[in-house]
Amino acid sequence: MTSAALPQAHPDRGGRGWYRRNEIAITPWLFLAPAILFFMVYVIIPIFQSFNISLYDWDGLGEARFIGLGNYSELLDDRAFEVSLWNNFKWLLLYLLAIPAGLFIALFLNQTVTGIRLYKSLFFFPFVISQVVVGLVFTWFYDPTFGLLNTILGVFGLGPVNVLGDPTLVTYGIIAAGLWPQTAYCMILYLTGLNAVDPEQVEAARLDGAKGWKMLWFIIIPQLKPATFIAFVVTIIGALRSFDLISIMTNGGPFGTSRVLSFYMFEKALSEYGFRMGYGAAIAVVLFLIMLCFIAYFLWSMYREEKGGR
Amino acid sequence: MHSIIKASIAALATTATLATGASAASHALSGDLKIFLDTSNPAPRATMEAMIAEFQGMHPELNIETTVIDREAYKTQIRNFLTAGAPDVATWYAANRMTPYVKAGLFEDVSDLWAEPEIADNLASTKGAMTIDGKQWGVPYTYYQWGVYYRKDIYEELGIGEPANWEEMLSNCEKMVASGRACYTIGTKFLWTAGGWFDYINMRTNGFDFHMALGRGEVKWTDDRVRATFANWRKLIDMGGFVANHQTYSWQEALPFMVNGEAGAYLMGNFAVAPLREAGLSDDQLDFHQFPPINPDVALAEDAPTDTFHIPANAANKDNARAFLRFVVSAGVQTTINNGENLGQLPVNATASVDDDKFLNEGFTMLSSNSPGGVAQFFDRDYPAEMASEAMQGFQEFMVLPDNLDDILNRLDKVQERVYK
Repeated sequence: MTSAALPQAHPDRGGRGWYRRNEIAITPWLFLAPAILFFMVYVIIPIFQSFNISLYDWDGLGEARFIGLGNYSELLDDRAFEVSLWNNFKWLLLYLLAIPAGLFIALFLNQTVTGIRLYKSLFFFPFVISQVVVGLVFTWFYDPTFGLLNTILGVFGLGPVNVLGDPTLVTYGIIAAGLWPQTAYCMILYLTGLNAVDPEQVEAARLDGAKGWKMLWFIIIPQLKPATFIAFVVTIIGALRSFDLISIMTNGGPFGTSRVLSFYMFEKALSEYGFRMGYGAAIAVVLFLIMLCFIAYFLWSMYREEKGGR
Repeated sequence: MHSIIKASIAALATTATLATGASAASHALSGDLKIFLDTSNPAPRATMEAMIAEFQGMHPELNIETTVIDREAYKTQIRNFLTAGAPDVATWYAANRMTPYVKAGLFEDVSDLWAEPEIADNLASTKGAMTIDGKQWGVPYTYYQWGVYYRKDIYEELGIGEPANWEEMLSNCEKMVASGRACYTIGTKFLWTAGGWFDYINMRTNGFDFHMALGRGEVKWTDDRVRATFANWRKLIDMGGFVANHQTYSWQEALPFMVNGEAGAYLMGNFAVAPLREAGLSDDQLDFHQFPPINPDVALAEDAPTDTFHIPANAANKDNARAFLRFVVSAGVQTTINNGENLGQLPVNATASVDDDKFLNEGFTMLSSNSPGGVAQFFDRDYPAEMASEAMQGFQEFMVLPDNLDDILNRLDKVQERVYK
């Protein structure tokens, strides 16, 4: 017994190294290290680099010249920036329509009839095809000379509309194209969510006389909260990533009226005529600050969720 | 197609050896030669590869490595590969388009090549476009004319001919509009096509020197002379001269209007001829004329964009690269690569022969004898990139909403102040 107690009183001098002694504390960090390293190199450090570049006047080749907040003060009276910023808000707001639309399609498809799997896949189809293809399909749909939209309008005697050539309509036209696949995405999220709805609660509510809208609002939707949260997250991310549709459908035009911040940044910093790295970085910083609001909200609600779970 | 290229290359082999004579044959090159090309379209790519194969044949000891990069992607990638991992030879464009790289010291000064009599004598016409700060920074390998390509059959049907002056151009257009067609097709989705119209109307209204002064930022955009250019342009816009909804189309998507006879003409570069022929227009239906004079007091000047070869300053094998540049501009190679089966454009060497093609011949005559005012590259190659992109966006806006002109010009003045400071 005494001999067994000895090693505890006198810790082994040769065998137990510093790592062994701190194993419990160190190991999680070791496992996290690769992820932290790459997250730092590819996400966190570039954020600070962007902040830094946005304080310079730099064409990417020659000497960078420090101009302080010059790029930001130029942004303030850059009308193209203002247009892009407003378009970003239009995207954020209108893109959220995908959530209720997806919910209603999911409710509609959540039944057992012959061939329902086929209908579900057909509704999900637009999400599977590439954004580039969606953009092309809608470009042809809107085409002022042979597009389906104007053919249909023509039947009702309405004049031809050049959606993608009209500065007031163009952003809405592209958002409509983006909603098509995004609705499908939200629909699939809600369809899985509906599988998890507790039938006993529905039964109990029915006994209490709830039906129709009341049933939906008080019984079903609260149970779909996780699905709604994910749908909200992916839709906001989708709205902020609207670059590809704009690039395919209008290239930012006509005369820059359909640009969003990400597209404007690309044009200023990286396109054929661009290479104002500092100015592009300043736009990116503004876009990042907008995203930061959402990121903070998402992190906060996830944190709250986890606390509530315990 | 391939057999024709092979045959012409074989023919070229003899002429090239004869022409470049002793110098090429006497000391064969060895070592490496890394070439980057932006000629990613099938026909130019085949031409370039055949030309490089020919060079390889002359120097069997030389290890040539060719990389073809997509033409659009090349425009952004060049910034990376000129600074890190530079090739020995790279394609690019003449005039202001090369300024950023010259200023950053990334292109090799090749004035020594231009001092050699074979280049000095035969390439004099493009020397200006290759010169910045009194030095030459590369060699051209091809160029092509711009002008009005029109439907001869429709013009004849309406009893109108090639306009000799601006008034005729306008009256032709009136007749064309009265027949239910648009006078000119254009697709401004990617903006640069509108730059061609501005180039011509401005060079015809105010002349080549004024056009270049505006490009150097010496004249304000709100200047009355610039307004005169826009006033002339507006005459065509107001009479319905351009196809509707052009802001939604690319230049290729604007071609069917001309093929289907919904528009009578197209202000374009010579590269539009190939797709128009492929779409079924015969040489009896399709013809070419120079953009007519507007102000009789200014000398005619033309757009003729030039594509070029450069040696990056960081290249490893500059002697081999110089030999390649000499080879590219030699008369025999120029005749072959620019003929109808290959690039279908104009050779830069004065002793090379122009292929027997209606449009190439007209273009060659026009540029060599009827362009006394000067030869411009193109709006987005002559004007600084940033100025050009803002201005072309303004041109598109002007073509759709001509009433916004004051706003557009004020905006361009603001951009000008920043770009040229």
